[in-house]
Amino acid sequence: MAEIILDHVTKRYPDGALAVEDFTMDIADGEFVILVGPSGCGKSTTLNMIAGLEDITEGELRIGGQVVNQKSPKDRDIAMVFQSYALYPHMTVRQNMGFALKLAKTPQNVINEKVEEAARILDLTQHLDRRPANLSGGQRQRVAMGRAIVRDPAAFLMDEPLSNLDAKLRVQTRTEISRLQRRLGTTTVYVTHDQTEALTLGDRVAVMRSGILQQVASPKELYETPVNLFVAGFIGSPSMNFLSGSIEDGKLRTSLGDFSMSDRLRREVESEGSGRQVIVGVRPENFEDVQFVAPGHRADGITFHATIDVLESLGSDVFVYFTRGRDQGVNSAELEELARDAGRGDSGGTGDTIVARLDAETQIREGHDAELWVDGRSIHVFDPASGKNLSLAVRGEDGAAVIRPSSPSAGTAAGAGSEPAADAGSGQPVSGGAGSTESAGEAT
Amino acid sequence: MAAITSTPRQKTGWGVVNFVVIALALIPVLWMASLSFKTPAAILDPSLIPAQWTWGNYDQILSTSQFIRPLINSIGIGIIATLIAVVFASMAAYAIARLRFPGKAVLIGMSLLVAMFPQIALVTPMFNIERALGLFNTWPGLIIPYVAFGLPLGIYTLSAFFREIPWELEKAAKVDGATPFQAFVRVIAPLAAPGMVTTAILVFLACWNDFLFAISFTSTISSRTAPAAIEYFSGSSQFTVPTGPIAAAACVITIPIIVFVLFFQRRIVAGLTSGAVKG
Repeated sequence: MAEIILDHVTKRYPDGALAVEDFTMDIADGEFVILVGPSGCGKSTTLNMIAGLEDITEGELRIGGQVVNQKSPKDRDIAMVFQSYALYPHMTVRQNMGFALKLAKTPQNVINEKVEEAARILDLTQHLDRRPANLSGGQRQRVAMGRAIVRDPAAFLMDEPLSNLDAKLRVQTRTEISRLQRRLGTTTVYVTHDQTEALTLGDRVAVMRSGILQQVASPKELYETPVNLFVAGFIGSPSMNFLSGSIEDGKLRTSLGDFSMSDRLRREVESEGSGRQVIVGVRPENFEDVQFVAPGHRADGITFHATIDVLESLGSDVFVYFTRGRDQGVNSAELEELARDAGRGDSGGTGDTIVARLDAETQIREGHDAELWVDGRSIHVFDPASGKNLSLAVRGEDGAAVIRPSSPSAGTAAGAGSEPAADAGSGQPVSGGAGSTESAGEAT
Repeated sequence: MAAITSTPRQKTGWGVVNFVVIALALIPVLWMASLSFKTPAAILDPSLIPAQWTWGNYDQILSTSQFIRPLINSIGIGIIATLIAVVFASMAAYAIARLRFPGKAVLIGMSLLVAMFPQIALVTPMFNIERALGLFNTWPGLIIPYVAFGLPLGIYTLSAFFREIPWELEKAAKVDGATPFQAFVRVIAPLAAPGMVTTAILVFLACWNDFLFAISFTSTISSRTAPAAIEYFSGSSQFTVPTGPIAAAACVITIPIIVFVLFFQRRIVAGLTSGAVKG
């Protein structure tokens, strides 16, 4: 039981590559923290530094109040679960789980007791004398967990412990890990590239990119108030749709229609000095079939027409894909990187195609024109150059309604849908990429 | 592999080539075995099957210390040199496979150089060194050069084995509280055991078969190994060539090799080719 404090921790490899830059975070005792990010973002390096498997170039790491920079892994009182489980193939399950205690010269009867208790918790009792090679993937994963919990360490470190399991088992084990962590109350740092895993497991989630910590917040906060384009695009599934927009006459003009802006937001955008081009982010969940929006609520957003290209019905939800304003697709380098990181290539929410999640009862059909509504209260406005979320500063001050539609009638104007506002994108590709994130430390 | 078929013509061709190669390799061995069972009078008899079988040659060599003692030397020196070489080679190979340290490339290059250096060029200086150090005609006098030449072989085979062991196991051991040495002894070494056995066999064979050092650095049967001792066999009289006893002794020292190879064939092949293809 201990808190872990990372104080301006930096990892630089001898060849100069920067893997983790100025990472500062306090992890409270008993907290379940997730490090998430695309591969190569430095999350595993950070975990290895906490474990003591990699040296810290600069900064200080404290576990339970003690500076442990120079301590070897064995003196840090931490247990780790590896992606490959790293079970010792020549030892039985019992020996695997008891190895750490044996090295610590614990009496054999205490070892047996602890191993058997852990085995009972993890439902491994009948497998104690088998070797890892004879176990299934899920059982191996549990042995790896067991090896960590028998030691009763100050902290658990988990490096993508679920990525070798099949989808169904992963969901099941995810719940088990969550339950186990609550039960034991041990500080846990968990690394994953899967944002669903991150949101479901963590008390707090730290999003990393190119070695730089982007945002640390609770899952709900990350989803609702992402600080920048990267976090916005990375968190949420399907990911946020990005459109280019421009600010004209106090209105936010996008290919979906015009939104009016609060004065504060306009000032915020103007004070950032990045001109009148912005990137507008809309989550798929913020769309709805207009039929399912209560008339009283319609004024909170705008309605528009779109021809549905693809419709995917999942039973509980319906996803529809449609295309808008082809010549004003957002070309930000940052967005391209996001798409690549998410393994989506060009498809998904970042290109011209927009994804919307609708009520399962919708009557909208593939290939037909549909009238959709988008909630103006929950859209995000980003600076294309720095990627910063400009709507964040004003969000929460005057409630959720940051952006009001320009007028209740504006949305229903049919023209808004069929012809993209002529000068909205004005053909200028939105160039982006935050300058500070150029140093791409490769680490896996 | 089913796609690769060969015509009967190709099969016959390969069969003939294989037969010729095997015959070339085995006929001398058979001839040696045949000679060892012939009486001194029949040594020049050109037939492969002895007209009169005799154990006389074996009796003769096994009844004198002229052969028994060198045989013991061979076994002792071989085993000691192998043990030392494997222990050091495994540590060196582990470092080479796992660690990044200054001079690593030089170390690998040097060990390759040692393995490739013509040994005959080293015999004279080493002879003088051994004389000066008092190692001449002693067991250590042979063990040390054998270890020196066994190490590169061992380092090369073992580092290939170590490279195949997942690094995460070692990290897991470290996190579990093992010192680097404990991680090596309790986790890595047991997993590399097949590689160590293979290396041990290869090094032992090299020691067992050595003739050059054995003849150069020994002067009496107190430390002379079997291959060298055979050179000093004498006939029943000054004018007889001891062909029969030599053949019998050669058979005796060949038997362990044949047994080894038959038992460990797969291992030896694995050791020689490991790292070449990911198995």
